Amino acid sequence: MSWTGEDTGQQINDGHPACSGCGMILGVRHLLEEAGEDSTLVIPASCASVVQGVYPYTAFDVPVVNTAFAASASTASGLRQAYEQQDEDTNVIVVAGDGGSTDIGLASLSGALDRDDDILYVLYDNEAYSNTGFQKSGRTPGGAQTTTTPTGRIGRQKDIDEIVSAHDPAYMATASPGFVPGLRRKAEKGLAADGISFLHLHAPCPPGWRIDTDETVEVARTAVSSALWVLFERERGGEYTLNNPSVSAFRNPDPVAEYVEGQGRFDTATDADVEALEEQAAQNIEYFGQFTDREVSPR
Amino acid sequence: MSADLDRPAERPAGTEILSGTGAVARAVRDAGVDVVSAYPITPQTEIVESIAEYVETGELDASFSRVESEHSALSAVMGAAQAGSRTFTATASQGLLYMSEMVWWTAGARLPVVMAIANRALGPPWNIWGSHTDALSQRDAGWSQVFAASVQEAYDLTLAAYRIAENEDVMLPAMVNLDGFTLAHTMQPLELVSETAAHEYLGEISIPHELDVENPRGYGAMTGGEDFWRFRRRMMDAMAAVPDATRGALDDLADVTGREYDLVYTYRTDDADVVIVGLGTMAREAEVAADLLREEDGVDAGVVRPILYTPFPEDEFAAAVGDATPVVLDRSTSFGRGGILTRDVVMALDRPVASVIAGIGGQSVDYEDMARIVRQAEPGETAWFGGEIQ
Ligand SMILES: Cc1ncc(C[n+]2csc(CCOP(=O)(O)OP(=O)(O)O)c2C)c(N)n1
Ligand code: SF4
Repeated sequence: MSWTGEDTGQQINDGHPACSGCGMILGVRHLLEEAGEDSTLVIPASCASVVQGVYPYTAFDVPVVNTAFAASASTASGLRQAYEQQDEDTNVIVVAGDGGSTDIGLASLSGALDRDDDILYVLYDNEAYSNTGFQKSGRTPGGAQTTTTPTGRIGRQKDIDEIVSAHDPAYMATASPGFVPGLRRKAEKGLAADGISFLHLHAPCPPGWRIDTDETVEVARTAVSSALWVLFERERGGEYTLNNPSVSAFRNPDPVAEYVEGQGRFDTATDADVEALEEQAAQNIEYFGQFTDREVSPR
Repeated sequence: MSADLDRPAERPAGTEILSGTGAVARAVRDAGVDVVSAYPITPQTEIVESIAEYVETGELDASFSRVESEHSALSAVMGAAQAGSRTFTATASQGLLYMSEMVWWTAGARLPVVMAIANRALGPPWNIWGSHTDALSQRDAGWSQVFAASVQEAYDLTLAAYRIAENEDVMLPAMVNLDGFTLAHTMQPLELVSETAAHEYLGEISIPHELDVENPRGYGAMTGGEDFWRFRRRMMDAMAAVPDATRGALDDLADVTGREYDLVYTYRTDDADVVIVGLGTMAREAEVAADLLREEDGVDAGVVRPILYTPFPEDEFAAAVGDATPVVLDRSTSFGRGGILTRDVVMALDRPVASVIAGIGGQSVDYEDMARIVRQAEPGETAWFGGEIQ
């Protein structure tokens, strides 16, 4: 029910306190519409733990278990175990940030992947610790400013997809709020998969990235069109399947500079930083380009 | 898979010879726990190895999750408890510290998880032997804690821990402590409760805030200063309900087993001038020391051993000590303050006590040593068994 008392059919109510233009909440709304009400969310410390609302209110129309920063995958595993013992097949969905997934929570994510617990793990990637005021995470791109890398991050993003892929989950995919039908299709597939699935959702963050609140979708799309964010999926034992938006982008990529110039967080990026990002895009095209013949269409 | 294996519908009561770890595992089996998760650490490991075997052979219809760390072990059983299941985990020492964040989280989430601790020293330096500092370092996290002194108590208290934790006035997790090696790995005869009797004793688990998709609620969300204190205040009240819940749980267990326990165990205290105070197996050994002191020194000595440690049963404890002079054998350290148990004893008695830090990290303290300690101890002072460092 919405806060006006109307049943909107959504699992996120109006009036939730996420920033306007938050890529995470946009993605999670669509995800939960796919999941439906027979779902339980597990949320660690993160923006998601804040946007659910402050006690005694809740923005979600599904049960939410809050857990400690490093504990989301294992908490979800325990929930799934209990539901299995009770013969319940409620969806168990983690919604965790890049910090909680790729840094402090990496061990518990790896453990759940290894055990193949039947959960959907959604990593929304705003490429920093946003909740604590936008500090560097393992997913912060090279050259991006954060409050702990005030002159720009040195190095490049931790390749969480390869790490996850090496565990060979039942299903894994990247998604973008710029391409909602694909996002929803992947959420559905992840929920249906037999075993653990991992959805890596790009999540532009207007205050952190210093973009206007109406630019989220555009920036998300530019990440894809410049080949910096690659849309793909992979089923257990299979190869990556590149999705159409990335297939097109690889044929004729937009300049990385277009993506970088639109965002305040790259204000201090040097030419060398931009070149490094260009190199990353080129590597993406070379590596994932191998898989273009297995394209599928997003709905 | 496990359903295909034959197993007797009823496992009768009987006597077996088991170690402390075996007794805890057997209690978990007889309790019919639903979800178990754990990470190996000496001297706890045998507990969960035995449970894993019960699960794999179909003797226990539970789900056992082999997680990658203690932090995950406790978060997994927390998730399972949140879904309404009866849960168990076990750890010791560094494992408990690694869990510490989730120790607080489970208590704050008011989930009746039961965890056994095979008490062991904390490093550095590395030491795998007994000490109580691991559990006592978590004293203020909102878990009730009991200390076993025999294999029988390890079994009985594990069963009782579920009743304490799941008591509707409590709804807080419970820790069952057993001394690393001295109890964990010592074999003693054990009288078992039949499986049916154990199930009857425990009843169905009922967690009022179990997850329900029909009635979705958020648990653990952000709370402001206008509300947070209410949650802590409720925990304080819940903890205050633990002594009664423990008494009830132990009395009901006595109806099944014939074995009676009080919150504080006493030995020859009626006419005692001096009492040795300790937790777990040290206080068992102290009973022999009390006998020796009576026989050889003509000192009327007794022993007072809290079985319930958190919350500290101050009234029962003070009554048990009476006017006798207490000598506390403390297997824990609070740096700059002395022994941890000693602080609780001082609070309960409101008079100077003699405190001796003894037996930490597996330091051997036998009954003759204890008698010697009693002869030398001075009220108001903290001494170390072992003397001055050369
Ligand atoms: C053990 C622990 N360390 C630090 C924190 C503080 N903390 C809360 S949220 C957060 C950052 C979360 O970042 P991320 O997972 O990327 O999610 P986001 O905030 O971007 O949504 C940090 C560092 C914490 N809650 N727990
Ligand atoms: S800070 Fe960023 S990620 Fe967090 S709610 Fe706001 S827009 Fe979303």
